[in-house]
Amino acid sequence: MSRISGGQIDRSKTLRFSFDGVSYTGHPGDTLASALLANNVRLMGRSFKYHRPRGVISAGSEEPNAIVELRSGARQEPNTRATVIELFDGLQAQSQNRWPSLKFDAMAINDRLSPFFAAGFYYKTFMWPAAFWEKIYEPIIRRAAGLGSLSKQDDPDTYDKGFLHCDLLIIGAGPAGLSAALTAGRAGARVILADEDFRMGGRLNAETLEIGGASGADWAAKTVLELGSMPNVRLMPRSTVMGAFDHGIYGAVERVSDHLAEPLPGKPRQTLWRIYTKHAILAAGATERPIAFENNDRPGIMLAGALRAYANRWGVAVGEKVAVFTNNDDGLRTVADLKAKGLDVTLIDARKGDEIIDSAGRLGLKSITIRRANGQTETLHVTALGVSGGWNPSLNIASNHRGRPIWDDQIAAFIPAPESIAGLTCAGAAAGAMSTHAALTTGANHAIAALADLGLNAIADIPQAEDAPLNLTPAWYVHSGKGRAWVDQQNDVTVKDVKLAKQEGFVSVEHLKRYTTLGMATDQGKTSNVLGLAVMAELTGKSIPETGTTIYRPPYTPVAMGVLGGRARGHDFKPIRQTPSHKWATEQGAIFVEVGYWLRAQWLPRAGETTWRQSVDREVLQTRKSAGICDVTTLGKIDIQGTDAGLFLDRVYANTFGSLAVGKVRYGLMLREDGMVMDDGTTARLGQNEYVMTTTTANAVPVFRHLEYCRQVLWPDLDVQLISTTEAWAQYSVAGPNARKLLEKLVDQDISDAAFPYMACGAITVQGTRARLFRISFSGELAYEIAVPTRYGDAMIRALVEAGREFDAVVYGTEALGVMRVEKGHVAGNELNGQSSALNMGLGKMVSRKKDSIGMVLSQREGMTAPNGYRLVGVKPVNPSETLTAGAHFLAKGAAALAENDGGWLTSVVYSPHLGHSIALGYLKSGDNRKGERLRSVNLLANTDVEVEIVSPHFVDPEGERLRG
Amino acid sequence: MANPLKSLTPLGHDAPITETIGAVTITENTGTALASLAARLGYEVEVASIAQTAAIPLPGPGRIEFAETYAAIWLGPEQWMIEAPFATHEDITAILKPIFTETASITEQTDAWVRFDITAPDLPALFERLFNYDLRRAGVGAATRTVIDHLGCYVIRRADTEVSILGPRSSAHSLHHALTTAAKATF
Amino acid sequence: MIINHPLLGPRDSQEFVYLGDAALIHRPDGMADGSLDKFIDYAYLRDNPAGEHRELWYHEQGDRSWLVVTRNTVTHEITAVELARDVARREGRSK
Repeated sequence: MSRISGGQIDRSKTLRFSFDGVSYTGHPGDTLASALLANNVRLMGRSFKYHRPRGVISAGSEEPNAIVELRSGARQEPNTRATVIELFDGLQAQSQNRWPSLKFDAMAINDRLSPFFAAGFYYKTFMWPAAFWEKIYEPIIRRAAGLGSLSKQDDPDTYDKGFLHCDLLIIGAGPAGLSAALTAGRAGARVILADEDFRMGGRLNAETLEIGGASGADWAAKTVLELGSMPNVRLMPRSTVMGAFDHGIYGAVERVSDHLAEPLPGKPRQTLWRIYTKHAILAAGATERPIAFENNDRPGIMLAGALRAYANRWGVAVGEKVAVFTNNDDGLRTVADLKAKGLDVTLIDARKGDEIIDSAGRLGLKSITIRRANGQTETLHVTALGVSGGWNPSLNIASNHRGRPIWDDQIAAFIPAPESIAGLTCAGAAAGAMSTHAALTTGANHAIAALADLGLNAIADIPQAEDAPLNLTPAWYVHSGKGRAWVDQQNDVTVKDVKLAKQEGFVSVEHLKRYTTLGMATDQGKTSNVLGLAVMAELTGKSIPETGTTIYRPPYTPVAMGVLGGRARGHDFKPIRQTPSHKWATEQGAIFVEVGYWLRAQWLPRAGETTWRQSVDREVLQTRKSAGICDVTTLGKIDIQGTDAGLFLDRVYANTFGSLAVGKVRYGLMLREDGMVMDDGTTARLGQNEYVMTTTTANAVPVFRHLEYCRQVLWPDLDVQLISTTEAWAQYSVAGPNARKLLEKLVDQDISDAAFPYMACGAITVQGTRARLFRISFSGELAYEIAVPTRYGDAMIRALVEAGREFDAVVYGTEALGVMRVEKGHVAGNELNGQSSALNMGLGKMVSRKKDSIGMVLSQREGMTAPNGYRLVGVKPVNPSETLTAGAHFLAKGAAALAENDGGWLTSVVYSPHLGHSIALGYLKSGDNRKGERLRSVNLLANTDVEVEIVSPHFVDPEGERLRG
Repeated sequence: MANPLKSLTPLGHDAPITETIGAVTITENTGTALASLAARLGYEVEVASIAQTAAIPLPGPGRIEFAETYAAIWLGPEQWMIEAPFATHEDITAILKPIFTETASITEQTDAWVRFDITAPDLPALFERLFNYDLRRAGVGAATRTVIDHLGCYVIRRADTEVSILGPRSSAHSLHHALTTAAKATF
Repeated sequence: MIINHPLLGPRDSQEFVYLGDAALIHRPDGMADGSLDKFIDYAYLRDNPAGEHRELWYHEQGDRSWLVVTRNTVTHEITAVELARDVARREGRSK
């Protein structure tokens, strides 16, 4: 019977839970660890390397030993700390890192073989042969040493991300944090108070100390109540501030549903908050550290503060016969509190020269061996031992920006250096102010200072509280015998391992850490780092500050990967952009392809078509024979207006635009300043000072950004205004010999060749609806692009299909579009690869040298203009039945497939139904003079080697008669 | 001449829809015509004066201002989005261009955007899951562009309990999904 | 990171796109003699200071202003933010 009186648990309700298949009960307010201890379960896990039996040593998030697999099925979660799992009805947990059972673990043989597993064992043993590593060593080590296991199922829960804003973020709701929050809250500041615990109050809940004459826990509860009533204060329990980022931004993980069997419908399991602050106060308290002695890792041995926390907060006696081993006065509180609970407590005070030199009990503590100051030894039968070697301020977050902590002799611990992070101050135990009075005072004072910066006046109201000194005399480890004294229990690092590291020259703290793995496990050494440093300092004869300390990166405690992803998973990974014809195309059974966020119809199969090629070939042939319709809304559209718009276009396009007449469209080639092609498209002049530019789908955003850059940064006094209209207009291409006849059925104006010649544009109406018409062609056929306000886009595709019925017109997708542009020799994404110049593309003459334009100068530099550079060519297989592959390289006949023989590559390959064989575009060295040559196109990955002939890239209608028809 | 073309809402319906999730209502609003208005270089003063005469408000950065027929949102330096009732201003540029003549560049934006009007008693609690803009501090009349699930959107606080989101029309479904998901997670 | 936009106040850097050294403002005249050498310097030679650096950022998910941000590359401290258009004009850019 381990439950004793008192504690902040609700005994009126009983919660059932199981651990390793055995059923137990606990109460609301329990953690898994407190409930297990209350059920006399001390053994909770096995250690990482030696598989030593281990129990809980702490009562908080620093826990290295009691890590378990929580829940089952898809929600199974490995490596959760029993000390922070809030008990709920039906909770299931399993121990991990043991086989077949926690009490009998076959891998505990490692413990017997420990001389072979000392620090650096892996590095020394698994060196060679190298080939063994991946197949043999690593799998063995992983099986033996791994911690928990994954469910290997999809996480059924959802996670949110969100954004909060405040004047003052207070990290930690112990006495310092509560005092700061109360001071700032009463002054009207916007405050967020976050604490990782489900019950705010910090150590006050674990102590019997008084504040203002009442119990500290009651004061905390009353303060939380007052804060909760303030609209300007946001209380965030179950929320771990996990890191400090630039400019006052903090990350916090709120465990919204982890205390429930499963989240409520629609609710996330956890939320990752990005908190924007003007100031922050770190009031995260301190973490107790052990003193190392032989066999100090048995279940039942724990930190003295934890032992008292279990008694005071959770009403649990870990043992009826208890010892406390301490080097400071805080340990005496454990003695007093446990005695007050009626337990039999023995004090071993290291300051008097008394020490514990060994312990016994295979699966749990049975006795300890004490060596008194006078040298006499005695054995004491105890089932619980509390150890206190002092307290380390929880300064982790304060060192997130590389601020080095400084040593404080008074408490023999590192404290945060002032101004480690701009806008962050540290209060209470986190700053090394260890008494309750000091916590309340520093919390309030830092809040007052932070608020003064914001122009707010706050007043401190500090209640009466103890201000006792710690009276600590450093004691790190007990010098005795040859056995192992544990420094880092989670990673099984002993005093001996630190000695070995020193002996082998790994003296620097960073080397010590990596050589021994000290502090590298899921607990990140919260209870062990300083102890390890102290041992190294003693061995090297240096002081601890001279030895140094490691600093901390986020996160403060482990963070589930799911919460970092938030909602961006599966279908919600990114938004979808639908084209105006999407609804219609879906009805037709279209196959869609992702183009950035856009979904575009790739091809539209008809009944009886079983392969994509059948659909695409039909779409191409029918377009060239009669008419084809394609949704081209995704092309970027940028409205350019202003009296200098023409001049602006001359600057941003390599070719001339100033001379473009109103009502005309021109193809434009846009370079980057380094002379490479950035994008291409058409620009139409709709009015005297009004143009609309189109961009490729992929470059719509970068081109708009570039134009704004040119307008604002390079030529700030040009009269040009820009706005995107991509989404405002539904735009369809209608191509093929019957394109005009088709459109004439819908358009209210005369669009005959005379009235609306090639490259004309203008405002028209479609059955009375405002529209724009552009006579431009990407397919090489007689073609138009017609645009209507997007709300009419669905009606427009249906009207076009209906009007096209008499011509047996098709709607074609991006595949057919690609085939037709290759047949016509138009460059697109594969050729616009960021490494190609206008000259490479056969468009060198378009770059006007009579005006200054972006990229003009550098397009002329040496290397860019070399006559033996790459040029765009057409390619066809000599044997028409052979298939070309994109990415294949040109080689001369008989040349070996070596880089020095490389002649260029095939950029785009399609099957041309028009020609009846495979065709390609490619970049070939000196390609403009090599028409008719026969080369090989070799793809070593696809294992193809095809004889090809170099031809003009214009496979269809090279003279352009069709599009002028 | 065949029948005139029929319009669809951004969510693909014949008429706007309203969804209610607890205390939250999310309504697609197609009742507003939009046009961007940018002062031509050197005509900033003229534009301000013409706008005043025409009862078109031109607010400062981060704001929307309402007048009888028109409202306007600040988009960028010397650039605004003008709102007017769709029923009377469907061809909004044809109405605005003669007012401003060559002092301003005016571009139709009605169909570039989907507008959702969201009402809830505690709107900031909903939107803190969606964007980093500090809506709790932003009073009525605040209007700014920010990001919701990768989408650039305008957030307009029309009233204490009413916010409009203007998002890219092609992503109307994704935006609607984000709004309803957040509403379910919040309330 | 937070960029204190001169018109809109503090905004999260996730709304911005980074371009690079604000020296890009000083684009040479492409029609002048010796422009090739000047453009090679302009396009490829950059200072890479450990300390204060003037950079161009674009408020793409905001008001589409280009900004000149003075940022310490060691501490990430931002000491000045101006509209690039104002800086460009002040430094002699016009048409």
